[in-house]
Amino acid sequence: METLTNITIFLYMIGAAGYLAYLFIQKDYLQKIGCCLLLSGFVFHSTSIVYGFFQSGHIPVHNLNETLSIAGWAIIGVFLWVQYKFHLKILGVYAAPLAAFAMVMASQLSREPAPIKNVFNSVWLHIHIFAVFIGEASFALACGLGILYLLQEHTIKAKSHGFFYKRLPSLELLDLAGYTCIIAGFLLLTLGLITGFVYAKSIWGRFWSWDPKEVWSGITWLLYAALLHQRLVVGWRGRKSAVMAILGFIVILFTFLGVNFLLTGHHEEFTRW
Amino acid sequence: MNDIVLIGLNHKTAPVELRECIAFSPEEIAIGLDRLIKSPHINEVLLISTCNRVEVLMKVNEIAPAIKTVTSFISEIKNISLRQFENALYVHEGDKAVQHIFRVASSLDSMVVGEPQILGQLKAAYQLATTNKTSGVVLNRLLHKTFAVAKRVRSETGIGNHAVSISYAAIELGRKIFGSLEGKTVLLIGAGEMAELAVEHLIRHRTGDLIVSNRTFEHGVELAQKFNGKAIKFEEIIDSLKLADVVISSTGSPNYIVSRKQVKEVMKSRRNRSIFFIDIAVPRDIDPDINRINNAYVYDIDDLKGVINENVEDRKKEAIKSERIIDEAVINFKKWNESLAVVPTIVELRKKVETIAQAELNKTLQDLSHLSAHDCEALNRMISALINKILHDPTMLLKSTGSHWNKSSYLDLIQKLFKLDPR
Repeated sequence: METLTNITIFLYMIGAAGYLAYLFIQKDYLQKIGCCLLLSGFVFHSTSIVYGFFQSGHIPVHNLNETLSIAGWAIIGVFLWVQYKFHLKILGVYAAPLAAFAMVMASQLSREPAPIKNVFNSVWLHIHIFAVFIGEASFALACGLGILYLLQEHTIKAKSHGFFYKRLPSLELLDLAGYTCIIAGFLLLTLGLITGFVYAKSIWGRFWSWDPKEVWSGITWLLYAALLHQRLVVGWRGRKSAVMAILGFIVILFTFLGVNFLLTGHHEEFTRW
Repeated sequence: MNDIVLIGLNHKTAPVELRECIAFSPEEIAIGLDRLIKSPHINEVLLISTCNRVEVLMKVNEIAPAIKTVTSFISEIKNISLRQFENALYVHEGDKAVQHIFRVASSLDSMVVGEPQILGQLKAAYQLATTNKTSGVVLNRLLHKTFAVAKRVRSETGIGNHAVSISYAAIELGRKIFGSLEGKTVLLIGAGEMAELAVEHLIRHRTGDLIVSNRTFEHGVELAQKFNGKAIKFEEIIDSLKLADVVISSTGSPNYIVSRKQVKEVMKSRRNRSIFFIDIAVPRDIDPDINRINNAYVYDIDDLKGVINENVEDRKKEAIKSERIIDEAVINFKKWNESLAVVPTIVELRKKVETIAQAELNKTLQDLSHLSAHDCEALNRMISALINKILHDPTMLLKSTGSHWNKSSYLDLIQKLFKLDPR
């Protein structure tokens, strides 16, 4: 188990190094190597998650170590999908180090699973977990795409075509990929919230219990709903959309980490160290 | 090689207003060629006119009067006094003129070094000169060498590798904004030559509809028809901004034609779809403040040049290599041109005929052993006289000066007829 995790971390890190080298040197083979490394890391990572599931009978999300690891897994997974769909190689410069960082953080934390109480295996719970994690990974990538968009927009507006102009793809592509990520993330988050409600109803007998994590997830959902609404109705695209994607991800980070440290609720044991 | 002269002005010596004022249309070039070739001082002539340069390349008898003829012709046909443009003029003679035309063709003298359009423009100018029969042996040879040099520079150096010319830079920018230009609507404000060039490039990237708006509606209609587009009135520009993705403006207007407020309004009905303004007019047509509006991008000609200059730095080394190729070619051309001189040709011609006569005489004398030394001497004299008489008229023709005929053509012809090589 630990070997698998270490191999995964190692592969993610050299994968990230490959993408960073690609950013500077612009040789296509670097990006291909990086992608292969991430893909094999992703296979090892998935194996270790499946292994953990069969060993404990639960999806391993019972402490911060495990949730960070799943978050890293989801980011790499969504990134590989985005790269495949949009050929957005340069996004690896953001996604690979982010996932590698999450994994390294995870490996530094205690591996002792928190005592499990009040958790029952159910299909709803599994869907809830995966939908939320993959959805939030999509938002993470949308944030990365937003950052790349702002960088590229700046080089074009400032008319100083330096380092990034050549290396970053077109604004249209960045915007479209970001928008796609937000739609995917929003659908998955919606699914995650609904399955969460169903699960809560079946376990605790109520849909909504004003748990801080629930509240903040609700806020996140509303934020992205507003963003999508504005895009569809008024045509918020480009810069505004990029800024909103970055803000949205900051709120998610707070929901993911901040809420656990500052507030308490029935999700707390999942992210406590 | 002092008989080749180039006179002209370009983007380095003349501001855009002056260049515009002096630029020739193809019809005017034809008139010009016709007029200049009639001058007794000019043997061959080629006229190049692009938006960045007007140059006259000539083979002349006498330099000063030939130059005078050109300047007074320009001042007359363009209705502009000599004083207004004489400071912008440069004159290159001999080697320098050859080198200059090589540099121009290789795009080393372009506003945007390495841009590929100039070679085509030069070829078109040469085509005009040949159809008007104003180019002869020297210019034919020179231009063929020029095209070969330009080709060599292009293939052996990296000078033309990157996106270089202004319109290329603009298209690259468009692609950074839109991803692909395919199907994008193009609005043309003003129907200048430069705009036409940009549109040609855009169409190669399979852009969609073309809308042309010009102050004189007829010109707009003409251009629109040429590119299968739609012409609109000048007053309809703001409305059509709702549809356009790429706007190219090149009017001579002293004020902004599109203001920030107007674009801000339009962005709402465009639902914030990106719009890219390329302002190639000086003074500018598009308020530069529009660049501050979200999803609107404005580049004027200086911005585009600034973008290109970054590439130019990388190409300095390549430029040195190109200069070497050009210098080599200049030396080779010089050798050829010097061989066209009168005296060496006459000497060579005499030598050839004398050698043949002497050889034949010796052969004959071998069989006629009974002849006395005195007889042989008489035969020798007879042969010399024969040679002198035969060569008298061609020699006189080559030596004569002042008459209006193209000496190089005769020299070339004689060298070919007699297979001479006076190098």
